[in-house]
Amino acid sequence: MKGFRYIENTTTLKLDEQTCIGCGNCHRVCPHRIFKIVNQKAVILDLDACMECGACALNCPVDAIAVTPGVGCAVKIITTWVNNFTGRQIMKGCC
Amino acid sequence: MATNPSFKDRAGTALTRIGLTRNNYRVSPGLYGVGNPNPDSPILVTANYKLSFDAVRFSLDSLDAWLLVVDTRGINVWCAAGKKTFSTEEVIFSVKQAKLKEISTQRTVILPQFSATGVSAIDVKNGCGFKVLFGPIQARDLPDVLRNNNTVSERMRSVTFTIRERIVLIPVELYLLLRPLAVLVIAAFLLSGIGPEVFSYLASYQRGLSLISATLLGILSGSIFLPILLPWLYGRQFWIKGLWPGLIVGLLFLTIMTDQRAVFDRVALFLWIVALSSYQGMNFTGCTPYTSPSGVEYEMRRGIPIQVLITVVAFVLWMSSPFIG
Repeated sequence: MKGFRYIENTTTLKLDEQTCIGCGNCHRVCPHRIFKIVNQKAVILDLDACMECGACALNCPVDAIAVTPGVGCAVKIITTWVNNFTGRQIMKGCC
Repeated sequence: MATNPSFKDRAGTALTRIGLTRNNYRVSPGLYGVGNPNPDSPILVTANYKLSFDAVRFSLDSLDAWLLVVDTRGINVWCAAGKKTFSTEEVIFSVKQAKLKEISTQRTVILPQFSATGVSAIDVKNGCGFKVLFGPIQARDLPDVLRNNNTVSERMRSVTFTIRERIVLIPVELYLLLRPLAVLVIAAFLLSGIGPEVFSYLASYQRGLSLISATLLGILSGSIFLPILLPWLYGRQFWIKGLWPGLIVGLLFLTIMTDQRAVFDRVALFLWIVALSSYQGMNFTGCTPYTSPSGVEYEMRRGIPIQVLITVVAFVLWMSSPFIG
């Protein structure tokens, strides 16, 4: 996304080029446009622009993409930490 | 369904954006029509959160279309897709329940791009026979897509975060702070009165007000200035971005504050503004369309210890100040 860069080398996104069949689903669904199809294979143009939404992995027909999907929200992560630590739903996030 | 917003719609949007009605702003799931849809008209799918529903129907002036509203429990497309309520199964269920195969000659449904996080196009096809076309991110691009043979451009598939899109998120962030703020106000008065005379009402009032002012300034820095200035604040990590408005506002606060205040008080309030601004800034990550959970966790492990440290120092200074000065 133009003008906005987040932290480098943190994404869990992985593409298995061997398995990829070049269908283009990942290219279509990515809101950050990080995939391109070149010679019938998907290529990652900008790994650090990945926000780990998981749309690509969910829509890959051959499971060539793996990512740990989730929400990039500090409050959500804090809520998860606190609730896991106490074993109870102490905090409710805004979602 | 109407394709132009009524006063009630606009008022509802404002209340939801502020936060008052956001948990209860839904429409009944099911099949709706805009214009005069016939069996050949396109089928658009959306969530049953009224802001989503309105975004779609208000973009469709003078077009004929079906609007299939999925039960996402009143939650918007993106969040519902993440929580798996805007899911493959819900879409299949909705298509079947609306008997689309009997009503329509279409065999394609157009879904918002952001639902791809929860919907597998291939599985929907296998589940109900309808092909999924992921449409534009913004509903306002729908007329263009529909008039151009369902062509969705690169721009329409690219998420943005303009200043207007950032500002519209501020009211709800502030609304969600009301309850913690109430707790803090009580704590501020209680803690600020503690001193050599055990408890001083005068100190509680005077120092308490300063502490609350500083808190409001911290919130201003981290939850209003940061969203507005986001791309121009130095640092990739949001807790770092939050430091700068905090430092500037904090320094301004120090210069404006009269010098009856003890040094410890002044430093404590300055540090509190900085820590709070950093924390609130870090929490803005949940409002952005580009922060990854791995990245947020990375920065939280670095930012939170520093915010805690600054806050602890501020607390110690604040509590010990009446005993020193």
